[in-house]
Amino acid sequence: MRMLDRVARKPWIWSWVAAFVVWFATIIVTGGASTLDLSQAALTFAAFSIIVGIGQMFVITLGPGNVDLSVPSTMTLAGTVALKLMDVDNAMILPGLGVTVLIGIGVGILNYALIKALRIPPIIATLSMSFIVQSAAIWTNRGLRIKPPNFLADFTTANTLGIPNVAVIALVISVIAWFLLERTIYGRWISAIGQSMPAAKMAGIPVDGTRFVTYVFCAVLASLAGYLLACFSGGAALNMGSEYLLMSIAVVVLGGTAVAGGDSNVPGIWGASLFMFLVVSMLNTYGLGAGIRLIMTGLIIISVIMLAGGRLPGVR
Amino acid sequence: MTGEKLKAIVEVTDAKVSFGAVKALDGVTLAILPGECLGLVGHNGAGKSTIVSVINGGLTPHQGIISGDGEVLTRYGINAARARGVRCVFQELSLCPNLTVVENTRIMHRHLGGFGWRKRAKEVIERSLAAVFPGHGIASDRSVGELSIAERQMVEIAMAFSDAGVAPRLVILDEPTSSLDASLAEQMLTYVRRFIAAGGSVIFISHILNEILTTASRIVVMKDGRIVADRPAGDWTERGLVEATGSVVKGEAHRGAVRDLAAAPVVVEQGGSGMPFHAKRGELVGLAGLAGHGQTRMLMKLHAAQSSDWLPRRDPAVTFVAGDRRLNGVFELWSILKNLSIGSLGDLASRGMVNAAAEAERSAEWKRRIDIRTQDLANRILSLSGGNQQKVLFARALSTRAPVVLMDDPMRGIDVGTKQEVYEIVRQQAVGGRTFVWYSTEMEEVCLCDRVYVFREGAIVAELAGDAVSEENILAASFRGAAA
Amino acid sequence: MRPAFSADAMRLAIPALSLTVLLAAVFWLQPRAMSYVGLNLLFNLAVPIALATIAQMLIIAVNDLDLSMGTFVSFVACVTATFLRDAPLLGTLILAGAVLVYAVLGVVIHLRDLPSIVVSLGMSFVWGGLAVLLLPAPGGQAPDWARALMTTKPPLAPIAIVASIVIALGAHLLVMRSSLGVLIRGVGGNERSVERAGWSVLAARAAAYGLAGFFAVLAGIALVGLTTSADANIALRYTLLSIAGVILGGGEFIGGRVSPVGAVIGALTLTLAGSFLSFLRISPDWQIGAQGVILIIVLALRLFLNRVEKREKGQ
Repeated sequence: MRMLDRVARKPWIWSWVAAFVVWFATIIVTGGASTLDLSQAALTFAAFSIIVGIGQMFVITLGPGNVDLSVPSTMTLAGTVALKLMDVDNAMILPGLGVTVLIGIGVGILNYALIKALRIPPIIATLSMSFIVQSAAIWTNRGLRIKPPNFLADFTTANTLGIPNVAVIALVISVIAWFLLERTIYGRWISAIGQSMPAAKMAGIPVDGTRFVTYVFCAVLASLAGYLLACFSGGAALNMGSEYLLMSIAVVVLGGTAVAGGDSNVPGIWGASLFMFLVVSMLNTYGLGAGIRLIMTGLIIISVIMLAGGRLPGVR
Repeated sequence: MTGEKLKAIVEVTDAKVSFGAVKALDGVTLAILPGECLGLVGHNGAGKSTIVSVINGGLTPHQGIISGDGEVLTRYGINAARARGVRCVFQELSLCPNLTVVENTRIMHRHLGGFGWRKRAKEVIERSLAAVFPGHGIASDRSVGELSIAERQMVEIAMAFSDAGVAPRLVILDEPTSSLDASLAEQMLTYVRRFIAAGGSVIFISHILNEILTTASRIVVMKDGRIVADRPAGDWTERGLVEATGSVVKGEAHRGAVRDLAAAPVVVEQGGSGMPFHAKRGELVGLAGLAGHGQTRMLMKLHAAQSSDWLPRRDPAVTFVAGDRRLNGVFELWSILKNLSIGSLGDLASRGMVNAAAEAERSAEWKRRIDIRTQDLANRILSLSGGNQQKVLFARALSTRAPVVLMDDPMRGIDVGTKQEVYEIVRQQAVGGRTFVWYSTEMEEVCLCDRVYVFREGAIVAELAGDAVSEENILAASFRGAAA
Repeated sequence: MRPAFSADAMRLAIPALSLTVLLAAVFWLQPRAMSYVGLNLLFNLAVPIALATIAQMLIIAVNDLDLSMGTFVSFVACVTATFLRDAPLLGTLILAGAVLVYAVLGVVIHLRDLPSIVVSLGMSFVWGGLAVLLLPAPGGQAPDWARALMTTKPPLAPIAIVASIVIALGAHLLVMRSSLGVLIRGVGGNERSVERAGWSVLAARAAAYGLAGFFAVLAGIALVGLTTSADANIALRYTLLSIAGVILGGGEFIGGRVSPVGAVIGALTLTLAGSFLSFLRISPDWQIGAQGVILIIVLALRLFLNRVEKREKGQ
């Protein structure tokens, strides 16, 4: 009983429960025929939101006003440039990956440089940055759709032991993120900054350095997600990231991370990302269109924030 | 008072207010009569602001009766208070900095609306400004954010005395002169006297005791949420007021034997507009003077000069104990353990990874050493009482290897027992070679120090060492030139 | 010691200057733009953006932020191109209901002390969903009166300019001159002081949100009047553009410091940036990027001026 009580108090449990309920409701209708397919598809599509969402979560943990709006354009730019560089050549996979990471680092550095140099709220700094990055992506793309190298195309769409490869990558990244948050000094620092910046400063935490690293980390994860998504969907499209602007914030909020900062939650991102995809497929199964699906998503986000309020209780 | 008894404008009877475990008001009875200026004196947290909030309708006491003009007011609130002519000038800025003076007047006077309100509001505020501060030179179409701090305060005071339909009868002035220069303060005090002579009432709060003594007709001293003295102003002296507001327990704390620190190396230095500051190894340096005269800013500057915002320091040079726990002290979402260890994580980790066992061990040791009263360090920090939270902040600072500890009046609102325990620890650590820079509003604590710097108006005005560190000398230095 | 310009005037100076410089550059590159038709083409799309920017500005005035502006304007566009044309009464009711929803959001956000970013994020899905339900594929048709209004040819100046001036003046009267406007900005500037004066902050916030909804509805109608048909994604960029417009126009995120005239100028500047680049024969790829660069330049300029001002004050 106490065990149950303790589990119920974890903020991430609700997104998992919701995801499971929706999953169950869907396979009931299909009579269990496509259970495996559904689960694999859910894991695949959720993987991209998870990778982007984790980066966004780190930024949101930094406290009120911290959010990275340049995520979608960073994804697009990374996907476009990497595919162009690799040019369907399997030998270029690693350089492509390297360029992806470099783009992430570059965008992150520029983001924080703007925040710091212009003393503007992160939301407007990353917004200005996203305009520029988006243009860079349009300029590199030029409407051409370059296919990913064969190996990558196969890898991103294949499964290992029944689990989609992209989900495995997401899992590895999640474990790293969880480790950073829970076991390292850096994790303590971002949580402290999110709770109170003046207190963090007076406790001797290098506030600027920590925030800088966090913005870079978020941008790198976004570009990594862009790289994988471009390979998975057989080429980079200019609007490939746009869905992830709201999605990345939504999975963080639904996953039980405190919107006011200071408290982050890796498992919740998984639950929320799976849930977001499963709702879509459930409503599709029921024959409901995209409109209803979007409305439901919105109402769920609003109800979650209404129930949770600004800060979530719970001992951490 | 002669003749029949005047009816109080506002009377509060046996008001009790508590915030959590803290009793902000513990049974206060206070009546303000027409034509009197009531001086209200007490330390931070004595309950002055709380009683003010009760009187202006911003706060409903959890117990007690509010009456006005002889009748009991059951539904007393902000609008009821304003309708009775109760106005308030708050300590912090209570104008909207983004609006012009005229627009602020519109906000303050709800019934000024309708076509052509700008013209009416302009008349109202300009009339009042001219009456209180003749020759003020403030244009009423400027936004408040553009005004200097003194000008803002002038506008706020004039706003409280302005008449747009409902005439002011009781004006509460909370530290109104803190950013006015002497001549402006005198203009205001003159106006207050005229206002009172005309039958109005004023509650006057100021840390400049001289102002209170010369302006108020009656002085009330508050301490720990109670009224401890209530006498006509003529019966008070400045010394008497300081003594009445001072700490309860006297003489329990003693300075350690005078130590010879002449040979000890200087560990921190800071220049400034006043006398230069330095502290030696193992020294207890006190920062004294009236509250808010630049002591906290000095500590912040010392901290900023010794720490980096970009890279973590391997060997921290300074550590800080916050006085304002909510603002720059505790991390509210965290457990006691994490709150305690955040200062010394560098020592408890290898390659960036926190060693949980070492963390738990070190924290348990400090829990024992300064007796943090909790069953489990994994409990939330907010489950502790204020005093124990403060102990955690002490433990956070003391468990670092930093040779200099900066303390920003950390003993505010802490019980006597805890204080004594902390004094003992501080003394031991100082003997062990740690330097303490200690800002305190409690005279008793300042007197524990080896050497004391006295602040006035943002600068150090006096340095006292050894036996010269006494209440008398510190007071003398704090008030030097204050009578102007 | 009174500065030559008030802070409000300074706030307007930078956006006005950027617009003038940009406009001069466009005329220099393409003298033919300096005509009735040319100006209308340059600024045509600015009208709905200006309206959306005013809407966003009202939300920012109370220290909140609306991330659903783009989807809401899209939704309104869809309603306008369907119901408002075919069943005007029902269409009007729907739009009135939408404005009411905005006011209710203001109430909920205030009462529960919720982060406006997250609530409006949720609402953006809701509006988007409703828009998709109305028009799953691009279509519908603008009501004739909306079309007529947006294509009239007033004498002297093209409709885009006339409309921008009318919007700027109307919003200025409402936000800067009226008691309600003072109250709304007061909430942004110092909520406690407004409360202490006995006002209902709740009502002020609801009013700000309701007015924002109203201006956003106008934006949607104007947009359809220009494009003649609608689709569910027609105005998604407006979320970011409206925020950028407010900031370009001298507004600040917190503190209730906003300028309606500046916001309209900001919207015009953003619209013009695209045309400017195409006249420069820089590929249209960099259109959005130019908006970002302009935003950064203006912010840097403002920081610089603030520093200078502070230094002068300090002396």
